[in-house]
Amino acid sequence: MSFQILLNFFLAFLWMFLSSNYSLSRLIIGYLLGLLVIIALRKFFKTRLYVDRVWAVIKLTVLFIKELILANITVLKLVIKPKLDMQPAFFKYDTTLTEEWEITLLSSLITLTPGTVVVHVSDDSKSLFIHVIDSQDIDETIDSIKYSFEKAILEVSRS
Amino acid sequence: MTILANILIIFFIVVGLVFIVVTAIGLFRLPDLYTRTHAASKSATLGVMCILIGVFLHFWLIENHFNPAILLGVLFLFITGPVGGHIMSRSSYIAGVKPWSGTVRDDLKPEIERMKKEQGIK
Repeated sequence: MSFQILLNFFLAFLWMFLSSNYSLSRLIIGYLLGLLVIIALRKFFKTRLYVDRVWAVIKLTVLFIKELILANITVLKLVIKPKLDMQPAFFKYDTTLTEEWEITLLSSLITLTPGTVVVHVSDDSKSLFIHVIDSQDIDETIDSIKYSFEKAILEVSRS
Repeated sequence: MTILANILIIFFIVVGLVFIVVTAIGLFRLPDLYTRTHAASKSATLGVMCILIGVFLHFWLIENHFNPAILLGVLFLFITGPVGGHIMSRSSYIAGVKPWSGTVRDDLKPEIERMKKEQGIK
């Protein structure tokens, strides 16, 4: 992936030298033309296009902000509610992610989702222990973690 | 144009204030440390972030001064907020703070006991 970015910058500088006009706008035009060349030659790269991965990162960021706002509305409702009738629980969640940075990212995503905080990561980093503030819909929470966050992180990391 | 900018700035700062007030009420009302962590790690992060964005927009749109340091502050809060909540709840669980009596399920207890036995901590 970093090879493709470097190649793209190389093509941009090449364009700048070809047109012997050393300005930022030339560099940007060269970068866009280089991007077109790289997309056209994508079948010669072993890994997938880096533009694809950048798009996955943008999608993950949007998900992150959406979940942050939803989480805060949930906490607001819970705090304002006159009767405290929640059922907190600690539960174990088995993850399929392997890299350390992926697990860190998943933990911060879970901490910012409605009603869940990661308390402990097991030594073999295969399972996360999550404190959930209201365990009435625990299966739904697990499903939402599995199918939205893990999928989005895997989308970023697959080669 | 100035009216529009002012509406945006006031909106962000009011939303941030509401979330910080909610955090404070949550710290009073919720029964134990682990539920308070929910209030502290989420609402405080978003509240301070909203206020910082409001300040950034005020200086950018009204005073014509673009200050990237505020944006970096927002980013750092975004990264460090959840980690703080995690570390607080984890260290207090290991130190032996009991969860609230209404807690219905505890998968963590055997895991922590096993970990303490392995490392020889009482």
